[in-house]
Amino acid sequence: MKTESKLEKVLAAGHLAVTSECGPPRGAMPDKVREKGKYLEGVVDGVNVTDNQTAMVRMSSLAASVILKQEGHNPLLQMVSRDRNRLAMQADIIGAYSLGIDTMLCLSGDHTKFGDHPMAANVHDIDSIQMIQMVKRMRDEGLFQGGAEIKSPPKMFIGAAANPFADPFELRVLRLAKKIAAGADFIQTQCIFNVDKFELWMEGVRAMGLHKKCYILAGVTPIKSVGAARYMKNKVPGMDVPQDIVDRMAAQPKEKQPEEGISICVETIERLKKVEGVAGFHIMAIDWEEKVGEIVERAGLLPRPVV
Amino acid sequence: MITAERKPLEELIDYIRPFRRLLLVGCNECVTVCAAGGRKEVGLLASGLQMALLKAGASIEVREHTLERQCDPEYVEELVPMIDGVDAVMSMACGCGVQEVARRFKDKPVFPALNTKFMGASERQGVWAERCQGCGDCLLGKTGGICPIARCAKQLMNGPCGGSTGGHCEIGDDVDCAWALIWERLKALGLQENYVEITPAKDWRSGGGGGPRKIIREDLAE
Ligand code: SF4
Ligand code: SF4
Repeated sequence: MKTESKLEKVLAAGHLAVTSECGPPRGAMPDKVREKGKYLEGVVDGVNVTDNQTAMVRMSSLAASVILKQEGHNPLLQMVSRDRNRLAMQADIIGAYSLGIDTMLCLSGDHTKFGDHPMAANVHDIDSIQMIQMVKRMRDEGLFQGGAEIKSPPKMFIGAAANPFADPFELRVLRLAKKIAAGADFIQTQCIFNVDKFELWMEGVRAMGLHKKCYILAGVTPIKSVGAARYMKNKVPGMDVPQDIVDRMAAQPKEKQPEEGISICVETIERLKKVEGVAGFHIMAIDWEEKVGEIVERAGLLPRPVV
Repeated sequence: MITAERKPLEELIDYIRPFRRLLLVGCNECVTVCAAGGRKEVGLLASGLQMALLKAGASIEVREHTLERQCDPEYVEELVPMIDGVDAVMSMACGCGVQEVARRFKDKPVFPALNTKFMGASERQGVWAERCQGCGDCLLGKTGGICPIARCAKQLMNGPCGGSTGGHCEIGDDVDCAWALIWERLKALGLQENYVEITPAKDWRSGGGGGPRKIIREDLAE
């Protein structure tokens, strides 16, 4: 075991892990974080806490992670390279670890163009792969990125993202391989709607033996409405929502659409369970945390293991 | 080359309003090529300024001069005979040229007429695009001749990110994904293994993170 991370223990014990996420509020509302956390109690092994998601300013991932930790959750600190240079990152990693956070996800982050501060500088001192290298070196060698020794180094279980649906497709497995070579212990994928394409990607992953070198959590998202399905299909870069999913949502009357979205999500999980190399699920129910429990239950993923 | 665009006329008028005699100085290098501050643009701006001021019931005398290279002190010397006859200078060079003139003529106000944009190349007639950010430690040898620092919107050294779609960058369909281009080029060269190697974190001291940069060539320096 590399760390004390609950997620690592669940995965190492061979259970299908379940994580979900909590987007911190756009204001000083700690109770909102607790409220979102409440819905996830007992149904997931870890809660991702997003870092200025979609380049909109929110309560910091670190602060919201600490609030969730106090409530008994296992937060996964997300960190994007867009907003911090390597000094700030390492400082926050030490701070997070000192406050009991032992799992993190290294990302580059959405471009500022998409958020509420398009006029801000994009930092990108290091990229997500270099961030993984840095966190691993801090943990395994006890060294800062700059080379100096860390007294009592933070031991993070290191996560990274992968998007099997972005282009060029042939690079998608190679880029995963780079993230693993850099030190990623686990991967959370982009939301999977196109299971066929995901399976194709996993074939490539298995051909390189990458599923044996790190844990791959398949990302899923319940769709609330046909409008949301269309938006994700047409407007979100790197998102692949097949037309038949849009049609399935459209075939339902408005009030039945949320239920249909949940059903699609549960069916997707069932299909993904059969894919060799899938080590768990990352359920991104954006502003719909209250449905995670139902999804996990219907997908037969309860009770969560005690490790 | 260094690319630039002319500032809006109103901003330039605000700069020169207090003055009666202006020296407008162009440059024959990059800003001529990108049609922002060469001899022709100097002529156009001189009449533009004069007309705008006349309309506002004021007037200004504008002397025009275009230097071979405004970032070179040797050529800036050419302005010496003209400088006493004017109250202010407006430079139509890039920021380097503006500063060279300001350095040489300490008691004359010097204003920029251009917004200096980036180091780039001409994509087609009338279109210039960024190509290099002068990071000081060139990666092009590893990336198939396409710069991930200047041309990837996230400056990823180990791209592409999850937003790359159909060859476009996530920031817009009118922007090429640098990593899609890099990959195509590596494939064409049979150099796919270049991609596999992780590019380590950059030392930004060479890219300006260490303060203003300078090149000293002992063999040439006097
Ligand atoms: S790698 Fe650096 S020096 Fe080379 S083109 Fe890009 S910014 Fe310029
Ligand atoms: S889409 Fe391509 S160019 Fe744009 S940020 Fe991502 S990797 Fe860089």
